[in-house]
Amino acid sequence: MNKKLKVEQLTKVFGHNPRSVLPKLSKGLSKERILKETGHTVGVNNVSFEVNEGEIFVIMGLSGSGKSTLIRCLNLLNKPTEGKIYVDGKDIVYYDNKDLKVFRQTKVAMVFQHFGLFTHRSVIDNVAYGLEIKKVPQSERYKIAGETLSSVGLQGWEDKYPNELSGGMQQRVGLARALATNPDILLMDEPFSALDPLIKREMQQELLDIQSRLKKTIIFITHDINEAFKLGDRVAIMKDAVIEQIGTPEEILAKPKNEYIQKFVQDIDRSKVLQAKNIMFKPSSLVSTKVGLKVAIKEMEQGGISSIFVLDNDRRLQGLVTIDDAIRALREDKSLNDIIKQEFYTTSPDTYIHELIPYATETKYPIVVVDENKKMLGIIMRVTILSNLV
Amino acid sequence: MNQFPEILKIDIGQYIELFIRWLMHNFGGFFHVISFSILWFLLQMQNLLFLMPWWLVLLIIFVVGWKVIDLKSSIIYTFLVFLIGTFGLWDSMMLTLAIVVTSVVISMLLGIPLGILMAYNDTFNALMRPILDSMQTMPSFVYLIPALLLFGMGKVPAVFATMIYAIPPVIRLTDLGIRSVPKEMVEAAHAFGSSNWQTLVKIQLPQALPTIMTGINQTIMMALAMVVIASMIGAKGLGLDVLEAIQHIDIGQGFEAGVSIVFLAIIIDRLSQSVATRFKYPK
Repeated sequence: MNKKLKVEQLTKVFGHNPRSVLPKLSKGLSKERILKETGHTVGVNNVSFEVNEGEIFVIMGLSGSGKSTLIRCLNLLNKPTEGKIYVDGKDIVYYDNKDLKVFRQTKVAMVFQHFGLFTHRSVIDNVAYGLEIKKVPQSERYKIAGETLSSVGLQGWEDKYPNELSGGMQQRVGLARALATNPDILLMDEPFSALDPLIKREMQQELLDIQSRLKKTIIFITHDINEAFKLGDRVAIMKDAVIEQIGTPEEILAKPKNEYIQKFVQDIDRSKVLQAKNIMFKPSSLVSTKVGLKVAIKEMEQGGISSIFVLDNDRRLQGLVTIDDAIRALREDKSLNDIIKQEFYTTSPDTYIHELIPYATETKYPIVVVDENKKMLGIIMRVTILSNLV
Repeated sequence: MNQFPEILKIDIGQYIELFIRWLMHNFGGFFHVISFSILWFLLQMQNLLFLMPWWLVLLIIFVVGWKVIDLKSSIIYTFLVFLIGTFGLWDSMMLTLAIVVTSVVISMLLGIPLGILMAYNDTFNALMRPILDSMQTMPSFVYLIPALLLFGMGKVPAVFATMIYAIPPVIRLTDLGIRSVPKEMVEAAHAFGSSNWQTLVKIQLPQALPTIMTGINQTIMMALAMVVIASMIGAKGLGLDVLEAIQHIDIGQGFEAGVSIVFLAIIIDRLSQSVATRFKYPK
């Protein structure tokens, strides 16, 4: 995949002489000690990561972990003390004023926690601001701004002022303002933290919808691990100015790198993060349509199971046979094909576990994971799903 | 025993005097140009005010009052100005207004840029604050003398002294207004690639405008308060009428002139304040 953004050993220190504390930092002194000894605040310490084009990369951390400092380095609102930031292969850290302006006007846009809307400008003039700075003529920028406003569901509000709108609507304006310049990269600094929970969920969904249409590269900051795992293609967890772990939500859930992250993921509703493919397994025994009843019965006996799935030669799922039916059929001289049942559920590998809960409570058989060609990928035992709830 | 030792006396006053004389000697031309510009502006203002017939002035006050406040207030204000005319102080009022308007306009032209500089530069801010403090607390008679030396008697030193006394609020409140613009808003402006100038003109100044307007209102009020003192160095106007009344112990004339200044102050304050509130955005 194309690397849109690459951050290498980025460090940001605040204070009178930031570079003077770099040796202490590389010696491994703690943030607190450096603050006490030198009066310098370490915002970001030797952070490296890459972001792929079109992905949502979430940086998650508690307040004071340096996540807001980090995201402000990415458009140079904070000038990094050391390190490199490559966007499309170009190091932006040493951009002069002119290059920086062009970079901010065309490549990157930002959405703020408290919206950062210009209260003296109407909604349309807020959205058109980036274009105004780019010196786009008025009629054209109003046209683009109007379309962008419609795309976030705010048509008809053009001439209102930001303070006349609710919090959720204000952040839609903030989002529209960022999208209006059609940037490649969207920096979102805790955009939904100030919203109430219902609106927050709505906005998260809206962001995912917009992302599926526009395929921007999004860096998203949050302190809410559930939000991080819901939105993030990949998540970086920050603590005390360093990144503790980077990975997909599933990877982090499955292998938390240390106790700190372990504690975080405890609060996660796993059924909303884990998908069928994460918990399925290959059944130890399967039978083919070609074999006889006796083989099937023997397989079940050996595996200690009361039912077995039947596949054809291409591993396509045909159905399921229970031990009771098989023994009765043997007595009545029927064949395997006569007693194949279809009373079980199938699912795709990308289904979230919480969607499978109703099926798990209903059926007595395992749930089968199949691909689009009905090929069997694995099975999920009911108990695996239900035990995730407790 | 309890007295401060005589031997430690430093005569700083004589150095200040030397400095002013040095200024006069070396920069006489410079002060002459300033003096000439101020006088030119003041005379234009005066001509404009005296060109207007008295009923037109009343009409303007009535219409403006009605537009920015309401009908009742505008009637009261018009009547108050009419009263000043009946005291026989119409011309004095116009002369006073000319000095006030000139000082306020110059204060704004100088004060707003200075305030912006203070907001942007902490060192300059630290430097300016004690200067502003002393401009406001130093008894105005003290700088009337150097003003006299530099500009001579008459209207110009009056404008100069009025300006020194009245300029601090507009500087301070411009500084405050720009510093109070929410950080995220300024960050947002920069994040979209605005230059510093664009951020100032498109975001910071419009956001600070209500505060700056309050500063201008304060400056106007202080300029009005200064007119009596300015009359001591030869500025004509209501202040001179008060001064003459004191010299002749004429209670009646003193009252008329004093009350006229109060009327003028009330009207200008209310009008400029309601103009200022018009620049506020809903919170």
